[in-house]
Amino acid sequence: MATAAKARATKHESGVRVRRVRAADVAAVIALDAHVTKLSKPDYWNDIFRRYGRQRLHERFFLVAEDVAMRAEPRLLGFIIGEIRAWEFGSTPCGWVFALSVEPEVRLQSVATALFAAMSAEFKRAGITKMRTMVARDARLPMMFFRSEGMMAGPYIQLEKDLD
Amino acid sequence: MRLQISTRLAIFAALELTAQEGRQLSVADIGEKYGVSSHHLAKVMHVMGRAGLVRAVRGAGGGYQFAGNPRRTTLLDIAQLFEELSSAEADSDGADMTPEDQALRQVLNEIDDIARATLGSITIATMHKLVDRSTGKGELAKAATRRKPSRA
Repeated sequence: MATAAKARATKHESGVRVRRVRAADVAAVIALDAHVTKLSKPDYWNDIFRRYGRQRLHERFFLVAEDVAMRAEPRLLGFIIGEIRAWEFGSTPCGWVFALSVEPEVRLQSVATALFAAMSAEFKRAGITKMRTMVARDARLPMMFFRSEGMMAGPYIQLEKDLD
Repeated sequence: MRLQISTRLAIFAALELTAQEGRQLSVADIGEKYGVSSHHLAKVMHVMGRAGLVRAVRGAGGGYQFAGNPRRTTLLDIAQLFEELSSAEADSDGADMTPEDQALRQVLNEIDDIARATLGSITIATMHKLVDRSTGKGELAKAATRRKPSRA
């Protein structure tokens, strides 16, 4: 477990390095999310960092991508968060990706692909062979991205109900 | 879900034109591969041209080139040129419908929404990956990459 929890940086051919999140990254994560979603949620991200950046690191992965060209002050280009969940909805253990964000001005430069590949590698190293995520039907960009990475509709259908 | 022949041809034509960057093909070239008449395909290409997805190249050796971005053009972008894909809800306000009609419409709208979301999430670039995977080309390319000596 200790080995899996170690910071493991991978340099992608696009010039992007992917590594585990650090406390110093949280401000940039909050800023990127606020820029993309137009809603600042510092409490949420600080809590996510505490839980996914510091605890149970053998099954929780909070990874960030940075621009390796800027060695003195690498810029955070995006992040991805996932975890191994077991027996939810009767499913055998699988890897769930529940957050992915990339700086809009560097999209179509393989940043998300590098993050996705690093997350896949973490899941594989942990013995996981199935990766899942959930995307809003009208969220066209993330939907197109996950499809381009080979993800297809799975055997589950999400259901919901308005509680009057 | 069934797609009309024109929709299928338009998708196949987009795949042929994007198989290599800047590829230029005549309707006869594409028609020959899929066993369809140039006349039918020319009509399909005309519709795609009006939508800005392909451009005609004039002169000897002319034909068509893809004019969109394969990583942003989806199957929905193409399909909605030839198919009626709007849901029943958009077509009627439901005022003169029975409760049974309304309940059924709700279910059918759910199916339509899922179909649109699926078509809208598969780009032409992703289709190429799916084709490669089904023909085993993707695995061959991966194996070739693994065999390549790594650069120091």
